[in-house]
Amino acid sequence: MEHDWKIVQQSSDLGEGKVSDRTKAPSWRIAPKVSGCSSGTDGLIAEIEKKITEAFEVFDRESNKTVDGREIGCIIRSLGCFPNEAEVQELLAKIEEPDGFVHLENFLRVMTEVLLDRRFQPIPEDVILHAFEALDENKCGYITKEDLVKHLTEEGERFTQEEMEDMLVVALDPETNTLHYRDYRTKLVVDETKTFPFNV
Amino acid sequence: LGTLSSPNSLRGLTFKAAVLIQQWYRRHVARLEMRRRCTWRIFQSIEYSCEQDQIKLHNFFSYLMDQFTPSSSKERDFISRMFISGESYKEAELEKYCDYESIEVPDSYTGPHLSFPLLPDHATALLEAFQQKQQLHARYVLNLLHETRKHLKQLPNISHVSTCYSEEVTVCGDLHGQLDDLFLIFYKNGLPSPSKSYVFNGDFVDRGKQSLEILVILFTFLLIYPKEVHLNRGNHEDHMVNLRYGFCAGLSTISRVHGKKILRMFQNVFCWLPLATLIDQKVLIIHGGISDTTDLEMLEKIQRDKFISVLRLKKRKESSRKPQIEAVNGESEAGTDAAGNEAAPRLSLQPQSAQAPNTANRLEFSRWLRQTVQEQIDTCRRLMDISESEPEELTYSSVVSLKDVDEPCWTRQEEWKQVLDILWSDPMPQEGCRENKVRGGGCYFGPDVTEKFLDKYSLQFLIRSHECKQEGYEFCHNRKVLTIFSASNYYEIGSNRGAYYQANKTAHMLTMTQRISRVEESAFRALREKLFAHTSALITAFRSYDGDNTGKITLSNWATAVESVLRLGLPWRMLRPQLVRSTEDGMLEYKSWLDDLAMEQRSQEHIQSSLLEVIYRNRSNLETIFRIIDRDHSGLISFEEFQQTWKLFSSHMNIELTDDGINDLVRSIDFNKDGNIDFNEFLEAFRLVKQRPS
Repeated sequence: MEHDWKIVQQSSDLGEGKVSDRTKAPSWRIAPKVSGCSSGTDGLIAEIEKKITEAFEVFDRESNKTVDGREIGCIIRSLGCFPNEAEVQELLAKIEEPDGFVHLENFLRVMTEVLLDRRFQPIPEDVILHAFEALDENKCGYITKEDLVKHLTEEGERFTQEEMEDMLVVALDPETNTLHYRDYRTKLVVDETKTFPFNV
Repeated sequence: LGTLSSPNSLRGLTFKAAVLIQQWYRRHVARLEMRRRCTWRIFQSIEYSCEQDQIKLHNFFSYLMDQFTPSSSKERDFISRMFISGESYKEAELEKYCDYESIEVPDSYTGPHLSFPLLPDHATALLEAFQQKQQLHARYVLNLLHETRKHLKQLPNISHVSTCYSEEVTVCGDLHGQLDDLFLIFYKNGLPSPSKSYVFNGDFVDRGKQSLEILVILFTFLLIYPKEVHLNRGNHEDHMVNLRYGFCAGLSTISRVHGKKILRMFQNVFCWLPLATLIDQKVLIIHGGISDTTDLEMLEKIQRDKFISVLRLKKRKESSRKPQIEAVNGESEAGTDAAGNEAAPRLSLQPQSAQAPNTANRLEFSRWLRQTVQEQIDTCRRLMDISESEPEELTYSSVVSLKDVDEPCWTRQEEWKQVLDILWSDPMPQEGCRENKVRGGGCYFGPDVTEKFLDKYSLQFLIRSHECKQEGYEFCHNRKVLTIFSASNYYEIGSNRGAYYQANKTAHMLTMTQRISRVEESAFRALREKLFAHTSALITAFRSYDGDNTGKITLSNWATAVESVLRLGLPWRMLRPQLVRSTEDGMLEYKSWLDDLAMEQRSQEHIQSSLLEVIYRNRSNLETIFRIIDRDHSGLISFEEFQQTWKLFSSHMNIELTDDGINDLVRSIDFNKDGNIDFNEFLEAFRLVKQRPS
């Protein structure tokens, strides 16, 4: 692995990751691979890199340090990030090869930045609740299947038909064909906290 | 998100809301997918490491072969008994030993009755009976096997199937004793019939609980529709593999009395299964794969029944050993047998320095050496599955030279490699061809090998099985190779789908519900068992990170240490939350973590934990060895044999066990007064009973 690292500073306003104008007084020094007990920032970065590599390798079907670009979104999200599709595409554009694959070293480089910057933070529970409520015109606590499908497949970053169907299978109450979003949201939140709590 | 006012802002509002929901939901799906993949990884790595165990077992036998010089005839008997199983029988002997005519079917029997020649009604009766969990009487099983063997003997090594566009050919992959999957295929696709051909691509048995039922059904259809039903041999249609993976055990539970006969018959039926099927001269169907030396002409001509087990004939590692002999004797003894033929597999002749006489006396040494060599050769030749129908114990090449001088004289070794490659190889994405070290047999073959092979024989396409795929099927090598696997939920319910392939139609999928958490549970249980089995090694590894002896290590070091011991190539940091419950400030108290693991696993309190650990780690090896020793499959071995086996085993595995340890072990089992151990009881006592969550 080359160590052609750019020096990145912590920054809360999410830019495009243009690094060139931020090289003033670096607060992180990125060192090559650290062995032994990890402590301090060097150890932290090494640990982050290991986690990123692990997640990447799960999707590396042929064990040759490349993954299909279409799975990048999945990998990023499983590392604890909540990017939207546009953000995933933006990231992908930086590292995708002409043949549609992504190499580990490029991914590692970009993703380490993302994690150190704490980009793509989780969506808080109450925000999601409000989002559902916004789709619930009559404020009755549920959304009909038709409305749900209309909003999610025609607006926003549209769901594909497959995505929509997958969601409906679990989310809809089969008897009333409606989504009781409070319960649904709680259910998914509980599922999530059972596994992979990722702490930087 | 703002307040509701004009329609425009409302639309803007719902737009934003949609984005958020989609973002949030996609994250959830990604996590599920990651869990699914990790679980898959766990199962795969454990399975392959199990297969590696099988190979270690073979190394164990090779080790015995090479190193162990029996000091008494009793010992020699004992050792040779371990190797001589699965001999092929002459026709008459087979009929005599595995006869069925003398077996009476009692009036109380309510299962199906078979009469020969078989008719479609028999098949339907069998299907219905098995659906109702009935069993077929041993007499009919044996009869069926005899008829099947007679039929298979006439078939060539490579079956040829031709289709016209109106006729369907359905190809099914591994079934592994999962009868429900076979039923589902028949239900969705229809039963075999003159207008519906089927090819079953091996691995009908082992692991699943209904191996016998599957074989009965497949053989029945084979006999009823001989032109439409084709069976390929898989690597599990092999005695040595059956010993390990459950088929043998399953048979003895079905019928204590007749189980032995049935098993014997199966050995002699499996070896007659064709090795490959060719559709329209264009599509080749084989169980495992190919290698860069695969030669269809050779495959067509060899005597396939000679290979009762492909696993027993192992190549000796000779490179490190020959020079020593030459140095001592000045001439090479290797590679020639008593008859002076070159055909025997090359032997390694390593004098055991502890047992060899003083090397200072070269004459004595060479005499001893010649004697040892002769003994080794004799043992080796007995291993070669030479059919006893041969009047003398000839090596293969001499048989050929007697029959037909124009025939190419392949060595036994070359033929064996052809068969091994066909049954055990796996495709790989990289170019080239290399040894399949993971399975220990066959090759990894790349897209270039496929290309060349298809070109050479003007083929379009390869269909193979042998590897479990999450979706039940997978294309590779530019869609020139299709893997098809029909046993769904192979590792656990929800782990994978099964699939079957229909020629001239798009690949058809069986769908099974995937319940991720249930599969996960099962995977992690298996993983925790593995961790427990390596307790001592893990403690050592953890201590190396705990220089100050605080009893704690960082989670990062935990991950590194675990991988260094288990070597499964798993994403331990991703898996950690399921394996490690409580941590303090990112540090783990490793001793108590290991104690927790032990509590989960320990089933019998009075057995020392280290012994338990040893047993767990080597359990399947132990089982296999014990089954081999119990030659007549009676379920009994003598106390002495048990002790001897244990000693041999533990010395090879570098296990320190005192005699007291062994005695303790025995004392916890009931063995009857005549000094025999019912080792099934013994194994049951230590077997981890896996309970599926309800």
